[in-house]
Amino acid sequence: MSDPLSRLLQTRDWLMADGATGTNLFNMGLTAGEAPELWNTDQPDNIRSLYRSAVEAGSDIFLTNTFGGNASRLKLHNAQGRVHELNRIGAALGREIADASGRTVIVAGSMGPTGEIMAPMGSLTHDIAVEMFHEQAEGLKEGGADVLWVETISAQEEYAAAAEGCARAGMPWCGTMSFDTAGRTMMGLTSAAMVAMVDQLAHPPLAFGANCGVGAADLMRTVLGFVAAGPERPIIAKGNAGIPKYHDGHIHYDGTPELMAEYAVLARNAGATIIGGCCGTMPEHLKAMHRALEERPKGPRPTLDEIAGALGGFSSASDGTGDAAEGAARERRGRRRG
Amino acid sequence: MADEEDIILSELDDEELVLQMHDDLYDGLKEEIEEGVRILLDRGWAPYDVLTKALVAGMTIVGADFRDGILFVPEVLLAANAMKAGMAILKPLLAETGAPKVGKMVIGTVKGDIHDIGKNLVGMMMEGAGFEVVDIGINNPVEKYIEALEREDADILGMSALLTTTMPYMKVVIDTMKEKGMREDFIVLVGGAPLNEEFGKAIGADAYCRDAAVAVQTAKDFMSRKHNKLAAG
Repeated sequence: MSDPLSRLLQTRDWLMADGATGTNLFNMGLTAGEAPELWNTDQPDNIRSLYRSAVEAGSDIFLTNTFGGNASRLKLHNAQGRVHELNRIGAALGREIADASGRTVIVAGSMGPTGEIMAPMGSLTHDIAVEMFHEQAEGLKEGGADVLWVETISAQEEYAAAAEGCARAGMPWCGTMSFDTAGRTMMGLTSAAMVAMVDQLAHPPLAFGANCGVGAADLMRTVLGFVAAGPERPIIAKGNAGIPKYHDGHIHYDGTPELMAEYAVLARNAGATIIGGCCGTMPEHLKAMHRALEERPKGPRPTLDEIAGALGGFSSASDGTGDAAEGAARERRGRRRG
Repeated sequence: MADEEDIILSELDDEELVLQMHDDLYDGLKEEIEEGVRILLDRGWAPYDVLTKALVAGMTIVGADFRDGILFVPEVLLAANAMKAGMAILKPLLAETGAPKVGKMVIGTVKGDIHDIGKNLVGMMMEGAGFEVVDIGINNPVEKYIEALEREDADILGMSALLTTTMPYMKVVIDTMKEKGMREDFIVLVGGAPLNEEFGKAIGADAYCRDAAVAVQTAKDFMSRKHNKLAAG
């Protein structure tokens, strides 16, 4: 157990991760279409305050401002040549804040999707994807990240490529996927299928789970799906603070701090070990979540009805796993192919 | 698979062949679709009938199963790819025969957003439904949208954003269209994972489309309303 996150996981029953990056940066003046990663060098004080706000709200883990820091994403801003630099600095700013906190806080180097579809369906080959993730991983490593944190992935192939990229950098990692389409990822992966996939990786993550997607209730249903599949490693839950609404020129999420506190407690009861927020989760949400996790004891695993009662209904009737899905499962009707 | 018999497309009668093509589209069999299209044309079918009865009807089934969470992106991409191969044969013939046009859409992801998976799906499904689609790609500033709409004499603008950091930019585009007095000339459809109906309304779009199948249906509805309005003078 040489890495800090593994050591922390051994001493604690639950850890709190951080909240939103984009939503918080918007509130600091980031404009639509700008690459948040450029602020690592252009507005480092804003990034420091972003990290500090999570630490002050009680987060044990926070993610670096490097979600879109791969070559494919930065290319949009003609910054594909700055992958190493922007990731290194994004992580170094985090190291600085974590080390000044006076307790153990994990700097998790955020790595988002490439935004491309992998071969054979799309044009991104496995080798290129691995190298893109690897390049980003090296920057994060040099900047002092404790662990790499792959998130919002939809395709199994991309998750596997990220795992390999992390392995090449010799770094431990965590990886979450986004289940936003009828309970599955956009590419059709179920929660149960993710558990099976994760356990087979040559360089498996320290913890795995779900982030973003459609509101906190759906994310909770995904967590229950993970638990039912009997995973071998800790589960991460990082749900959105409700659903985005548009108010006076900016996006506002309708989940209140109270709702997110309820979500945090339910996530722990359901079996998640690392609990945080995603889009729309502000410091006040994190504070309420932290308080609830500290003050309330762990309870029994919630049912779907209890989740819907506490957090609101689900976006689809089924999560695509189990018997409910069998009836709806695609039957290839091709008479030609049998 | 023991009872599998290779079906010879050219031995099927018209009705069976069309049904088989629906199945082949569903399974994303590109070469079979190309073959089917050629056979129907050889049998004297009008290109427009091949398009609507074989391809569009087949893609409607794909769209419905995608909407219902039975098919997911990988399968739809394969189906759309097969459809596209069939369309490539039909396109020049459709132009020659002056077949009726369903409508024209300019589509692109907004500035800062390179997530073009959703946009590509919508584009393919719209083509699958017989629309003409002008794809202006990813990361579009407002000027590019305006220029394309004017140049293409389009009916519909489709904007896509997959990130909460980029979705507000849709309003910038719609506001600019209003300023230029051209907003009412176009049907504006928006889509993308973080969006919802309320957001679409708040920024002044005509509709938010949850997925590619809904986008096609919405576009059809708005086009028929537009035609009715024109007819009513």
